Amino acid sequence: MNTLLTQNDTQRRDRMLTLGAAVIGLGLLFAFDSMFDRFTMQIFKLCAINVILALSLNLINGFTGLFSLGHAGFMAVGAYTCAILSMSPEQKEANFVLQPIMPVLLNVQMPFLPSLLIGGLLAGFIGWVLGVVTLRLRDDYLAIATLGFSEIIRVVLTNAQTITNGSLGLKGLPRFTTMWWAWGSAIVITLFLVLLIKSTYGRAFKSIRDNEIAAEAMGIDVLNMKVLSFTISSALAGIAGGLLAHYLTTIDPKQFIFLKTFDILLIVVLGGIGSITGSIVSAIVVTVLMEALRFLDGPLNLGFMVTNGIPGLRMVFFSALLMIVVIFRQQGLMGTAEFSWNSLARIGLLPKRGQKSGKGVE
Amino acid sequence: MLSIKNLSVHYGGIHALHGISLDVPAGQIVTLIGANGAGKSTTLNSIMGLVKADGGSVSWNGQEILGAKTKTIVESGIVLVPEGRRVFPNLSIDENLTLGAYARHNKAEIEADREHVFSLFPRLKERHKQKAGTLSGGEQQMLAVGRALMSKPKVLMMDEPSLGLAPLIVGMIFDIIRKINEEGVTVLLVEQNAKAALEVANTGYVMETGSISFSGSGKELLADDRVRKAYLGEM
Repeated sequence: MNTLLTQNDTQRRDRMLTLGAAVIGLGLLFAFDSMFDRFTMQIFKLCAINVILALSLNLINGFTGLFSLGHAGFMAVGAYTCAILSMSPEQKEANFVLQPIMPVLLNVQMPFLPSLLIGGLLAGFIGWVLGVVTLRLRDDYLAIATLGFSEIIRVVLTNAQTITNGSLGLKGLPRFTTMWWAWGSAIVITLFLVLLIKSTYGRAFKSIRDNEIAAEAMGIDVLNMKVLSFTISSALAGIAGGLLAHYLTTIDPKQFIFLKTFDILLIVVLGGIGSITGSIVSAIVVTVLMEALRFLDGPLNLGFMVTNGIPGLRMVFFSALLMIVVIFRQQGLMGTAEFSWNSLARIGLLPKRGQKSGKGVE
Repeated sequence: MLSIKNLSVHYGGIHALHGISLDVPAGQIVTLIGANGAGKSTTLNSIMGLVKADGGSVSWNGQEILGAKTKTIVESGIVLVPEGRRVFPNLSIDENLTLGAYARHNKAEIEADREHVFSLFPRLKERHKQKAGTLSGGEQQMLAVGRALMSKPKVLMMDEPSLGLAPLIVGMIFDIIRKINEEGVTVLLVEQNAKAALEVANTGYVMETGSISFSGSGKELLADDRVRKAYLGEM
């Protein structure tokens, strides 16, 4: 009886806390929107896009245990699809100066949401095709195959001039990615992934990560589950790519070189491979640090010497951080743990279950 | 009854099973003993559809299951406790058990079976939220057996359940095997610990380099000179 009450109490407490946090979070978003200047808002939006990218890479690398390095390619597919579908014919004509755009594509113009979704679906479809072909490979072979794929996408984008405008890229895209679009998508995708991971599918993904042979012996169709996870991950990367395109308002194939994948991988490894909470926190921290540490690239007075500015020194910091994490805390910030109100209670930030139920019984 | 006829398996150029035949009558414990590399695990893996066989037949209550999908085989009531336990280390005991019932959908029955597994292995209940990777070897073996039972098997196939366990734990595992069998589950047991296996088994088959060299009841084999010399270390 007592334990039953305790459990109900905890559940009610958690529901109230979640509701409270949601209201405060929404309030903060409103406040930020009117409070911050445009530059800060840009960083804040980029945080949301990176959250989506990190979560989608974590689904395949962290939860399903497949080392995939093709994310930049899927982002590119989403970014280009979304951009081409949403630009007006006039903008397209102004962009395609060397060779005219394919007539079929010239007059297509859709609102942002369908363009974004179609971009995601196309990236997902390409992910599905690639997955069926490559997911029989294991470990480093899969990494090599997916890395190669993302470079192929980039080369295709550079050369398909009548569709993508080649290396000139697309400029002057409408600035659709507002704070609400960026954070709205991030929240919806986070909720979707939380539900997915808790579902039978999510459990199957994790079992494949933990022990593929045992998973197969339980009757899990390992290949199909891998393909499913890879497809979802690719589709989400495509959506993030679309948001990024209309955030930067300029895209060109060079943005999607394989180094982009490693930026996301850095976030996932720092946050914890296999933790949604870790990816979210890490995406925000890394994005903010990327800006905050910009001074490292400029002239520095180190006391004993003055540098004239070393471009890229900022990235040295992240490389060092990654090395430190890999040596001393391989599980990253969170490991495979997730945030829960109970974990807060355990470290003493919330009243303990026992105390609360005591009051309840009286 | 599970009946295997002329089962043949190749790994690349290596002929792992040279057309073996064995019968597992319902309700019995049948054991397959033999040295390393004799093809014992390959036999179990090909029955489960984890390894592709190139010839022969596996009939289960009169139905051919060779070449069927693993999921179908699990649904039909055959399950494997793989060699080396292979629990899911980063998942909790609860999640491991839930995954054992992957091919089933009736939630109430699954929960009843979870309670049954917990009654067989009270240790698992105490630690049901703990990650499987933090359990001891013996506890992991219990979990591997419990996970297999969650599929509600009619035939439980176990691949070297005593591997790497302390003698006391091995004794416990064999007690559990007997208990599960008494509850009506047919057991096909692959073991290197020939003595323990033959003591619980109704029938034993001795495997050598991909074929079955001879068979008999558990007691007969325990008394057989060839078995005593080769597997029990007696002169």
